Formats: sequence, C-alpha cells, structure tokens
Amino acid sequence: MIWKAFWAVVRRDLLLARRRKSEGLSAVFFFVVVAALFPLGIGPELNVLRNIAPGVLWVGALLSSMLALQRLFEADYRDGTLEQMAMSPIAMPLLIGAKMLAHWLVSGLPLVLLAPVLGLQFDLSGDALVTLTLALLLGTPILSLVGGVGAALTLGVRGGGVLLSLLVLPLFVPVLVFGAGAVEAQVSGLGVQAHFSILMAMLLPAVFFGPLASAFALRIALE
Amino acid sequence: MNIFRANFWFHYAGPQAFYGLAGRLWPWFAVLSAVLGVWGLWLGFMVAPADAQQGEGYRIIFVHVPASWMSMVIYLAMAFWSVMGLTFNTRLSGMMTRALAPTGAMFAFLSLWTGALWGKPMWGAWWVWDARLTSELILFFLYLGYIALTSAIDDERRGDRAGAMIAIVGAINVPIIYFSVKWWNTLHQGASVSLTKSPSMAQVMLWGMLLMALCFWFYTIALVLYRVRTTILQRESHTAWVQAIAQGAA
Repeated sequence: MIWKAFWAVVRRDLLLARRRKSEGLSAVFFFVVVAALFPLGIGPELNVLRNIAPGVLWVGALLSSMLALQRLFEADYRDGTLEQMAMSPIAMPLLIGAKMLAHWLVSGLPLVLLAPVLGLQFDLSGDALVTLTLALLLGTPILSLVGGVGAALTLGVRGGGVLLSLLVLPLFVPVLVFGAGAVEAQVSGLGVQAHFSILMAMLLPAVFFGPLASAFALRIALE
Repeated sequence: MNIFRANFWFHYAGPQAFYGLAGRLWPWFAVLSAVLGVWGLWLGFMVAPADAQQGEGYRIIFVHVPASWMSMVIYLAMAFWSVMGLTFNTRLSGMMTRALAPTGAMFAFLSLWTGALWGKPMWGAWWVWDARLTSELILFFLYLGYIALTSAIDDERRGDRAGAMIAIVGAINVPIIYFSVKWWNTLHQGASVSLTKSPSMAQVMLWGMLLMALCFWFYTIALVLYRVRTTILQRESHTAWVQAIAQGAA
C-alpha cells in the first residue's frame, strides 16, 4: 500500500514531465550550452581543456540542477497537491522522496548520460569518461536530495530562484570537490576508490535525511 | 532566582521578561568588552615581542584568530537557538538566531579581510585557495544565505522556522565542507592554539589573543542582547506593555 503510493507519485511526476517536455529539456540544454561556452572563452587548446574538463562539467551539472530544482515543488504548491500530500495517511517524507526520485530521473539522469559526450569535446580519455559518468551517477542524486530542502524553504518566497542558489550552492561544495576530484585522481593515476567511497558515504545519509528534512521544510511553508 | 529550575528558563523565554533582563545585562557586557579589548590590544601591540620570522606583521593575529573563532562559534550558537526554536517552539529563539547572524557574517568577513592583510606579506598573495580560507569563505556564504532567506520571507514566524532549518542543515555541513576542502588543498599554517599540545607561541602573545577573544565574545553578547531588544519591540508592538513603554518614552 505504502509503496504503491510511492510509485504512483513517481509515475505521476514522470507523466507530467513527459507532457511538459520543454521544462525538463531546457535545464539539460543549459548544461550543454554552458559546457560549450568554456572552450570559447578559454581557447581551443586541448591540454588546457583536458585539465579543466572535470571541474567545468561538474559546475555545469550543479548550475543546471539548480535551475531544475526551482520547479521541484512549485506546481504542486500552487495547485494544492502538496497540501493533500501533507494530509494524506501515507508518511509525507515517502511521497516527497518519490517526487525527488522522479525529479532526478528527469533532470539528473540526462546530465549523467550526456556528460561522456561533452567530455569527448574536452578530449577526456576513455577511462576518465567512465569515472566522470560514475561520479555524476553517485553525485547528482545528492544534488536533488539536498537541494530539495532549499527548494522547499524558498517556496513562494520573493526572488526564490536566486535565493535558492545562494542557499544551496555552498552546501554542494563537498560533492563538487569529490566528484571532480575523482576524475582528476583517475587521470593522475591515484585510483578512484576513495572518492567513490566518500561520494557513496554522502549519498546514503542524503537518501535517508533529504526527504525527511524536505517534508519538514514543506510543512513550514504550508502553514 | 534559581537558575537550575526549568521555570526560570521558561520565564525568560517570554519576550517581555527577556526584554528587561537583556536591558539590564547588555551594558555590563559592553563595558567588559571595551576593557578587555583595550587590555588585549595593549598586550598585543605594545608588550608582545616581534616574531622571530614574521617581524611586526604577525600582530594582526590578535584580531584575525579571535575573529575566525568567533565566526565559527556564532554559527554554532545559531544552530543551537535553531534547535531550541524548533523543539520548544519559543518565539525568542528565532529572534536570537536572527540577531546573531549579522555579527557572525561581520566576523567571517573580518577574518577573511585580516587574513588577506596577513597573507600578503607572509605568503606574497592576498588570497590562496587553501582549505581554511575556502571553508571560511563558504561559512561567510552560509551566513549570507541565512540572512537572505530570513529577510525574504514576510511572515516572521515562517522566516524564523525556515531560517532555523537552513542554519541546522548548514551546521551539519560545515565539518563536511571543512574536511573536503582540507583534503582538496592545504597551505595554511597549523592551528595556533591546540588543546592537545602545549601552545607553540610565547605566553604574552597567547594572553593577548585570549583577551581579544573574550573581548569579541562580550561584544557579540552585548550587541545581540541589544539587537534582540529592538526586535522584541518591533514584533510585540501590538501588546500593551510595549505601547506603555512607547508612551513613557514619548
């Protein structure tokens, strides 16, 4: 019964995303455009590009997920769906977790899948591309989970978008450091085990506490 | 007045009672802060000898290190009041958190600024991407985020609770951020004062620094009490006792 509700929310959000394609896709294209701007600004030397690629792609993913986060709860807040969720007999964190999963599938997973293609433009080696993709696979869910708290707190607040970035981007620093660091460790031959372990160690508490904290923050916003 | 009884604390959790208490306390802390500040600066700038390696330039330590400590302590205090506010649902906790934030941001900025002034002669650079500098900078961003969030929400109670949430999330993140940037890069000298080993500096320098640290503590307490009094008057302006004060003053 509980998991039926969970999957129903996931299916509903995915369906909504499919009906409003442009919203999900614009954040993904933003990622592609940002990644393409860096070589134009810095110059086409492959040695430089290879060095900055992990950082540029990670920062691009961070900013792109920032754009997507603003829409995580916005529509449901306006039409009252969130209030129904808060009043439902199913625990609210579970339903919020379902929303976050759907949000990651729509806005995070495409970044993970696109990253190797963009990495090719920066002349990353095959091994580095694999590391980059895996690091993003572990890291982007953290962005949705931690960012969800910020999205819940800034719901319906003046200047919400910029405020959300100001609140959440400093909290993303550890993910950025270890995510981009994994690729650099791979390139310099240090091995990526430690970086992946730490990303995993950040992901697991985020999976547990993220929906709880977001549900709490949403209750503050709904009062 | 028995401070070990719960009643005592709940009595002063009410804005009206705390308004009076804060009014009686803040001048004492302000005076203490001024005295300790003068004493600490005199020790630091007149008495303490010049450093063997760093010459006179090191004297900024007497402001820099206490300011850095203070910026971290204030964030912890904000997290403490946030936990109090969310668990006991007291109105005063949110006001305390809000009153602490600008001073914390000021100390974080002061720490970065004096650090740059110190770094230029010692390392030859205003800024380096070192772990401690970077985490202090991120702490500064966390303060700005808190202030921006609470001032963007018109409803005071919602602003208090949303701010409490972000302060707690930030406080959990601060150690993670610190260790992640520490692994990422380190150039800063080791901690100046440590509890586990004897201090690596002369006694008189240590005293100067501790006096300055106490001075900043009392400065913060005095200022926060003063600021909370103003907030209480603003928020409770509809009550009879505030209106009585306003008429008495007018």
